Formats: sequence, C-alpha cells, structure tokens
Amino acid sequence: MVNQNMISGKLFKNITLCSVVMLIIAAAFIGIGCVDNEDTTTEDVTTEDVAEEATVSGEISVTGSTTVLPLSTLEAEAFMDEYPDAIITVKGGGSGVGIAALLDGTTEIAQASRSIKDSEVDEAQSNGINPVEHAIAWDGIAVVVNPENPVTEITFEDLKGIYTGTITNWAEVGGEDAEISVVGRDSSSGTYEYFKEEVLGDDVEFTENALALSDNGLVKESVVGNTQAIGYIGYAYLDENVKALALDAAGDGTLVEATPEMITSGEYPLARQLYYYTNGEPTGLAKEYIDYVFSATGQDVVSESGYFPVN
Amino acid sequence: MLTRNLKEKGIESLLFASGAVAVIALILLCIFLFKEGVLLFKDYSIINFLTDTRWLPTAKEPQFGLLPLLLGSFVVTVGAILFSVPLGLAAAIYISEIADPRFANIMKPVAEILAGIPSVVYGFFGLVVLVPIVQKTLQLPTGQTALTGSIILGIMALPTIISISEDAISSVPRSIKEGSLALGSTQWQTIYKVTFPAALSGISAAVMLGIGRAIGETMTVMMVSGNSAIIPGFPSGLFTSVRTMTATIALEMGEVPQGSDHFHALFAIGSVLFITTFIINIIANYIKRRYRFNL
Repeated sequence: MVNQNMISGKLFKNITLCSVVMLIIAAAFIGIGCVDNEDTTTEDVTTEDVAEEATVSGEISVTGSTTVLPLSTLEAEAFMDEYPDAIITVKGGGSGVGIAALLDGTTEIAQASRSIKDSEVDEAQSNGINPVEHAIAWDGIAVVVNPENPVTEITFEDLKGIYTGTITNWAEVGGEDAEISVVGRDSSSGTYEYFKEEVLGDDVEFTENALALSDNGLVKESVVGNTQAIGYIGYAYLDENVKALALDAAGDGTLVEATPEMITSGEYPLARQLYYYTNGEPTGLAKEYIDYVFSATGQDVVSESGYFPVN
Repeated sequence: MLTRNLKEKGIESLLFASGAVAVIALILLCIFLFKEGVLLFKDYSIINFLTDTRWLPTAKEPQFGLLPLLLGSFVVTVGAILFSVPLGLAAAIYISEIADPRFANIMKPVAEILAGIPSVVYGFFGLVVLVPIVQKTLQLPTGQTALTGSIILGIMALPTIISISEDAISSVPRSIKEGSLALGSTQWQTIYKVTFPAALSGISAAVMLGIGRAIGETMTVMMVSGNSAIIPGFPSGLFTSVRTMTATIALEMGEVPQGSDHFHALFAIGSVLFITTFIINIIANYIKRRYRFNL
C-alpha cells in the first residue's frame, strides 16, 4: 500500500513537472506574440556586383551608438551576403564608446547618433587620429503621447516647461486636467543628449520626476499604457499605438509634423543625422563598406530599418 | 609508498587551489571595485557623495549624491520584503505542515520554478501587465513606481523564501512536534509556538537571502520602477518613481567615458552596494548562530 502510494506520488510529481514545463513553453510563445517586433523584413540583396566579390575580404568592426546599431547590423548583413569573404562585426555601447574606440584604434568605424565633440577632436589629434565624418542617414525624434490624449501640437517652450518640471498639468498646454507623467531616457543615451541640447538648452537639467528608461521601446511602452504620459522616441519606433505631436520650435505658430518629408528636408526641428567616423579617408574594406552604405542598395536598407536616406 | 603520498598531496593541493579560486576572485573583485570607487573622492568630497540630495552625473556642475539611489533601493527592498515574507512564510508553513503531501509535492517544485524565470521576463511582464494596473487602480500619474518594483521583486524573492524556510520547517525533529501535540495543543498552537521558533534560524536565513535577492536585482527594477533619481519618502515614496543603485549602474555604465568622475562614481555606488550586501550577510550569520541552540 505504502509502496503504491509512493509510486503514484512519483508519477504525480512527474506529470506535474511535465505540465509546468509545457505551461512555461506556452507562456514563452505568448510572450513572443506580445513583443511588438520591429519591422525586420529581410533585406533584398541585389547581386549586380558579383564580379567584385573576390577582391573584397578582411575583417573590420563598427562600434558605437545603439541608435545606429540596428541599421548597421542590417547593412553589415546585406554587405556580407554580397561579399562572403568580408567579416563586419557590429557592436553597441553608445556614441561615446564608439568614438573612444576609434581614438584608441580598437575599431575601424565608429557609429554615432551625434556629431563628434570638440573635446573628442582635440583628443583625437593628440592621439594622431584624424576623424572623418560620414553622414549615413537621417533620423527624427518624435514627441509622443497616448492616442487618447487630445493634445496634438506643442511649442518648444511648453515642451521645455514639461521636461524641466515647470509645467505639470496637461490643462496648461491645452489638454485635460490631469498630471503630466514625464517619460525620458537615461543619461547615457545619445537621444537623451540630443533632446536635452535641442529642447532644454545647455545648462538646464531635466526634472527629477522624469522617468529615465533604458530604451526607445520601453519609452513607447510607457506611453502606450498611460494616457497622461509624454515621451520622446526615434522615428523608427513610431506606430499607431502612440501619437506624435506636431512641433513649433520658434513659438511663431509654424507647426511641423514628424513626417519623412519634413525630417529629410531638415525642417522638422528634431531631425538629426546619423554618422560613421573613420580615421582619415577610409581605405580597404572600410571604404568598400561605407561605399556600399551610400549605394542605392545600402540606402534602401536605411529606409527599411525606419530611418531616412541621405540625399 | 612515496608515490602514493605524492599523489595524495597532489590531489590535495589541486583541491585547495580550486577552493582558493573563489576566495581570490572575491578579493580581486573587492580591490578593483574599491580602487576605482575611491578615485571619485580625489575630485568630489566623500561628504558630498554621502549627503548630496541630487544625482546629476552629466550636468555642467555634476552632482553625485548617493542618497536618492540608496533610499530608492531601500524603499523598493522594504516593499518587496513586506510583500514576500508573510506570503512566503505562510506558503512554507502550509507546504510543510498542513498540505496533503501529494499537493505539497506539486507546490514546492512549482514555486522553485519561479526562480528560473529570467529577470527580464519579470520586468517585461511587470511593464506590460502590472504597471497599467497600478496606475489605474491607484489613480497615479504613472504606474512605474517603487510599489510596482516591490511587487515584482517580492514575487522574485518568493521561491528563495519558500524553499529555504520550508526546508528549515520540515527539518524540525518530529519528536518535538509530537511532544507538543501530546501535551494537548492544537496543530496551529504547535506550529506557532513550537515548530516556527525551532526553525527560526533557517527562516531568518531565508528572509535575509530574499533581501539579498531583492537588493541586488537590476533588470526588473530598471524596467518597472521608472528610475527617477528623487529622494523617496516612506511609505509615500512607494507611489512615486524611484531609482535604485543597481539600476543606476546598469543604465549609465554603457556610455560613461572611462576614467571620468562619473565612471568612478558608478564604482563608488558599486562599493556601497557591496558593503550593504556584506552587512546583510553578517546579520544573517549572526541571527543564525544566535538562534541555533535556542530550541
């Protein structure tokens, strides 16, 4: 009797374990379904330059901004599909890390979502390095609110008020009577620095009440789930779950919407370029790769990844 | 005979070396952490670090105030403990003393599986499910609050607390419990007056390890508690967004220029975190020893 009990107990435990494992697997799949995948349509590689294949080989690395990272990853994949002998390693870390790596000589190409700082140029010169800038794409920062929020436009002055904490209620900027939940990025983000420079100005700090989230997707998620929230995200992350506000930079009533045309023309006040930096004019594989990024195929990849082609 | 001795000695020293690796790793880690952290105080006074109320690492005049981050960690951890200790202990008592053994055999492994879920999954769940619920039910401007972090951390600490205190409770000798029952006490009186005090050292260890888990957790709190570096009140701070020490390091380490004050400040925070967990471990050991023979 005892024995039987033990056996059935064991059996029971096994069944339980199995069902728990199944449950977890099911939950994992549900999780995958929930994640709002960024559009990662596979790149269509043209094979017109097959003849060149033999000459392009070697290994380089591209390091830096996490804003440029997804773009570089797609570019590098497309490039390596075309030239199987070439190896391009793409690493993140942030714009500052990328430029520091270029100055140390540990990377061939630095990717940055801001232009190089004067202090970094000085340091480069003392290291005997001559950073050359290549603007590879346009990006726009969209200021987003929940679609249920009636506010559709905002001046830079009000935006500054909200992000420095002097404006705390939506009623002050034409919305409903509700406290504003200010969502921003962490201080290591290039987007944070860019937004601070453009909207707040040099010496002004963000309000301490602003949430500091570690990535564009999390900022968007916060705004999707909260009708009182305001946030800023890269254009690539914009979709119908959030509403981008039209911006009035000068305060003279000229509203500019975050549209591809306005961003590539530079009229949109929060439009910026994304850069590659090399030491001197690029040579060898780095040159082939950067030429590829500027080619029609490479610029198609730019459009596919949610950024905008230069030219 | 000699070769045999040599072999014996050889194996012995090999084992010693393996054991020493952990200790050496700890010592090296400490040295590195403190060495980098102390460099901050060349340019920034330690008094300011401990008493400044603002954390503005990238401002023109940077301020590296530890207080908002230390208190942020404190509020989130206390919240998590308030939530997980009663729940975890109740579950442990139920599993070891009251539940049908067949049901207990299901419950314990299930609770332990909670520990195997990656923290980023907890964070994502918290962000998508719990954050909107907290915001709507409490009518807050944002649901990314210390409370949200505490609830998720509490769930994450549950398996540690349940599993270790269950072990402690079930290892209380049967004779003691039977003695109590034989004297006419009810099952609840036995649990409350006899079993529980007898298992107290193990339970305290469980609670302390739960605290350790909560205070060191990074990814989850970073995702759900909003990371505003403001000094939280208690308990009102539970309903505002807070930033913990771990989240600060994780958020800012990526882009900090190596060798800058900001870089050293992050190591100084790391040192504080290390000292905090070290003190918690010492307390845990002390409690364990103190109650060991107190049956």
